[in-house]
Amino acid sequence: MYAVHPAAVSTELAQFLDLGGYAWKPVATTADITAGAPPEGWAGAIIRLGGHDAHSESQNSEGAGGTDVAWAVARALREHAAATLPVLVLVRGNALDELTMRDELFDDFCLDPFHPRELEARLAHLAAASNGGSTEIITYGPLRINLDTYEAVVDERPLDLTYMEYELLRFLASQPGRVFTREALLNQVWGYEYYGGARTVDVHVRRLRAKLGEENADLIQTVRSVGYRLGTYRWR
Amino acid sequence: MTIPERERPQDYVLRRVTERRVRLIRLWFTDVAGQLKSFAISPAELEAAFTQGMVFDGSSIEGFSRIAEADMVAVPDPETFELMPARNGSSDEISARMFCDITGADGTRFDGDPRGVLRRVMDRARDAGYTFYVAPEMEYFLFEPDRVDGRPVPLDAGSYFDLTTADIASDIRHRTLSALETMGIPVEYSFHEDAPSQHEIDLRYADALTMADSVMTFRLLVREIAFEHGVHATFMPKPLAGVQGSGMHTHMSLFADGRNAFSDPSSADGLSDVARGFVAGLLSHAREITAVTNQLVNSYKRLIAGYEAPVAISWARSNRAALIRVPPTRNEGEEATRVEYRAPDPACNPYLAFAVILAAGLKGIEEGYELPPETPPSITGYSDHGGPAYGHHLPASLDEALDEMEGSALVAETLGQHLFRWFLRNKRREWSSYQTQVTQFELDNYFAAV
Repeated sequence: MYAVHPAAVSTELAQFLDLGGYAWKPVATTADITAGAPPEGWAGAIIRLGGHDAHSESQNSEGAGGTDVAWAVARALREHAAATLPVLVLVRGNALDELTMRDELFDDFCLDPFHPRELEARLAHLAAASNGGSTEIITYGPLRINLDTYEAVVDERPLDLTYMEYELLRFLASQPGRVFTREALLNQVWGYEYYGGARTVDVHVRRLRAKLGEENADLIQTVRSVGYRLGTYRWR
Repeated sequence: MTIPERERPQDYVLRRVTERRVRLIRLWFTDVAGQLKSFAISPAELEAAFTQGMVFDGSSIEGFSRIAEADMVAVPDPETFELMPARNGSSDEISARMFCDITGADGTRFDGDPRGVLRRVMDRARDAGYTFYVAPEMEYFLFEPDRVDGRPVPLDAGSYFDLTTADIASDIRHRTLSALETMGIPVEYSFHEDAPSQHEIDLRYADALTMADSVMTFRLLVREIAFEHGVHATFMPKPLAGVQGSGMHTHMSLFADGRNAFSDPSSADGLSDVARGFVAGLLSHAREITAVTNQLVNSYKRLIAGYEAPVAISWARSNRAALIRVPPTRNEGEEATRVEYRAPDPACNPYLAFAVILAAGLKGIEEGYELPPETPPSITGYSDHGGPAYGHHLPASLDEALDEMEGSALVAETLGQHLFRWFLRNKRREWSSYQTQVTQFELDNYFAAV
């Protein structure tokens, strides 16, 4: 089941989805992501920036094209289902700037108005990639992690990490911009009783930063009295 | 986008070895005396090493031999897999290291393995809800490679050598720090100590097991890098008479549920009852554990008055002569609340030293030992004769320390009977061998006079 935003789905998009055999459901607000989620979870999402009809313009108080709500929905999707569900953004050619510095919020985009064959191909590729069908690579800025070979590279320099350092980096990099508490990291990355307790996370972050090198040490940011995140939102 | 199921750590290591073309994997463990033991295997043997361990002859390792069985098994701990830093300017083949846990041939945990001893005490602490964090200050000396008339020659002693030696020392320091960082051993401070040629590098805190591994790695790297520069690094506690020795002051704290269990903002001095119990335990068992934290004949040449080494069994917040110091945390917050145990020296077996320190502290907490009053800042702890001015003092010799250890139920229980017996036997032998020597002091003072 694909989540489609905004809820006022255009005729051509609805037609494309129905003809292509995609199960889909309109999503109006961030609340619908959780409340409206199908039992098996979302398969992906299509978000149309400024996707509204001329007559609904007056209802959008958030600003030009109502992209704030669209990005909020994208972020909610990330938080709802980690980075596991592919998000495709439909964007007008004159609004491509909207994508800048928001890499963490979507997986692919397609120019709007879209060509049905192109959109179909992109959705198929996203679905295949998210099913682990091909080599999976996480990239963020100078960082690249190959999930198949465990190869982590920063500025094209291989990082020699211990197993737990690798696991921590992979976890943070799979959801860039998201802040995790030390307890959450301990539970989800270590996942078992470890000598260190929550402070183990600090120890490993310090070691990771040392290996990332001075110029990239701030890839992993300390969020005071909360925890850590990799990378940052644009409005830091 | 999907996060694959967490692969086994062994699989991670096997893949990294292939990807990085690692040619040699060094398997490390530590004998009872604290010496690093290493044997190398090829990548082809690695998978078998993980599944079955590597069999070796335990009778050749200090403190491992038992009469009935000589075969021991080293099982590498995949989470300690690290690539070794490349040697300066060399194109050595890439090698990696892993620490091993030692078992008997039947797979049962071998109670003579120092890493296993520390694991056991850490497990006990965890059962009580605590994690033990330590941060040692590592001191060592750099010397000319050859001794003159049997005496070590400090690097920066000769004045016409000054420029060159300063360059060498700073190059060594730079290389050491970067090697430590690439091996995942973060450093807190690094500075030159008071004595000629003495250096200090403070390691950033970690849980005690990780830190004991780091101390072993640290000692090897420092010595290897010094060797590459044609100088000799030593962790001998007192290599030169008349100047201060090398200590391993160890900062420590217990954490429970992610909070510093030593801190209690509501108490007058910021210290919790847990901290008080821990310090009280360490003070009352200090004499018993000293043979472990200071295990050489030479260790006791450092533990004398007048050279910033502790002698009296005392604690204080602002008295630098105290055995246990509670450093002011200023603005660092609750997390930084810690105590500093100043007896250990860097020639100790870090696994055993951290194990007995933790056991003594836990005992104080469990049994609610009363913390004696702290030493006021005005008291130096020494009388005019150089001896302690009051109360108990640390053992003055290895002999005295071994007597204390032999009578200690705490140390026997912590080390386990096998290791406890071996340690005493071995160290008694070291002491008697020392007793047979006639020293320079005796010749200088008695030969002509009597």
